[in-house]
Amino acid sequence: MIDLTLDGRPVRVAAGSTVAAALAIGGDGTSRTAVGGARRAPLCGMGICQECRVTVDGVRRLACQTLCAPGMQVETRP
Amino acid sequence: MSERYDLLIVGAGPAGLAAALAAADSGLAIALIDDNPAPGGQIWRDGPGVRLPARARRQREALARHANITLLSGTRVVACADDRRLLVEDADSGRLIGYRKLLLCTGARELLLPFPGWTLPGVTGAGGLQALIKGGLPVRGERVVIAGSGPLLLASAATAQKAGAQVLRVAEQASHAAVAGFAARLLQWPGKAVQALGLHQPGYRCNARVVAALGSERLEAVLIQRGGRREELPCERLACGFGLVPNTQLGEALGCEVRAGALAVDDLQRTRLAEVFAAGECTGFGGSELSLVEGAIAGHAAVGQTARAEALLPERARWRRFARQLARSFALDPALKDLPRPDTLVCRCEDVPYSALAGHDGWVGAKLASRCGMGACQGRVCGAVAGYLFGWTPTRPRLPLSPARVDTLLCLEETALPSATGEPVE
Repeated sequence: MIDLTLDGRPVRVAAGSTVAAALAIGGDGTSRTAVGGARRAPLCGMGICQECRVTVDGVRRLACQTLCAPGMQVETRP
Repeated sequence: MSERYDLLIVGAGPAGLAAALAAADSGLAIALIDDNPAPGGQIWRDGPGVRLPARARRQREALARHANITLLSGTRVVACADDRRLLVEDADSGRLIGYRKLLLCTGARELLLPFPGWTLPGVTGAGGLQALIKGGLPVRGERVVIAGSGPLLLASAATAQKAGAQVLRVAEQASHAAVAGFAARLLQWPGKAVQALGLHQPGYRCNARVVAALGSERLEAVLIQRGGRREELPCERLACGFGLVPNTQLGEALGCEVRAGALAVDDLQRTRLAEVFAAGECTGFGGSELSLVEGAIAGHAAVGQTARAEALLPERARWRRFARQLARSFALDPALKDLPRPDTLVCRCEDVPYSALAGHDGWVGAKLASRCGMGACQGRVCGAVAGYLFGWTPTRPRLPLSPARVDTLLCLEETALPSATGEPVE
């Protein structure tokens, strides 16, 4: 199992899980706030739509193409 | 210092893997680059929610045995540069990679069509849900509705069910006659018939389409229309896909020809650029079997093994017939164009509603007036939507091809950007 942090809260996921999976396991599944203020969640699952972009250790990454790593800090809110 | 390969393959799905293995015994330096964490593409995506099929495992083992194949996972192509080089970025840094021959196996993405509520959390692509589950998304005990068109809906339903979800409905927009005809002809492709039987779904309905996703903060229910009847299905997830769109962006940026929405290739999978080949679903969709044989042809051809490439042409012809059957059977009903309401968002990056686009006579005008297609996905989602809804042809992609870090772009400092104007790289 891997322990990481999602918006300041601890999350534990199976090894090999994507950050997109961690968003649902440790939160409400959402990844970002849209221009109009609504929350969005991963859509295409394959690195195309950019809806799942989150901040991982200070860098913008796509949650669906990023594997969880121990100690990772994931942020979904500005 | 400079990293250069005899053959650089972009995309490690079935086509790219088959190409690398076909070209391997030439002994040349081959690299396989892919933006996902592991090779396999969409169909053989690995993760905690997956048991890889035997063929995918064999391919990966074979890949590891060849010392002349370098696998660059988690690496995305950001731009094409001069001197036969690509600018790439991984989790840590950006760099330029050179090639003598380039093979594009960039695959296809789902056609995601807008309908009221499609931006709610809980709504994903059909292949999208499959990919997310394979990556560890938990769906056990959840109620799932799947809608759209094509055999991928059944594959998505099977994945969701295996992961413990309850699939309430699979709404296929094609008519019963079209789907039954397709199923009958599957007997010509024995492997495919077995797959189809394994995917039998009691909730499968033809001539059915999603009308709206309902909910305030997230998805709460789905409205499905079938003939004159509407049913409201409370559920946690809706997975929608309306077929596939070839990923032609990199090929277009290089100057390859696009025909009928796909990269144009000749018999040996060559594009109009002497050093660039293309194979798999970026040249038109047709399933993994077609991608595998196209990839093998391209791999052999790219390293000069023409006779071995030509020996595979009959097999490719067979799978291309299957692809044509697929396209005919699951042609989209024009009624799907009426799904968005005036306030339904079409461009999800810039929150541009249908009403802001409907009055324009082309993509460029609509884009300039509304910012449609100018967000992070660079029109990959809404450009395909506009193509379907309005018949607009999106303009050639601009560099960078995807959002990238400034440090990565600085690698281009000393190079010209030849394709900023869309001119072929020479």
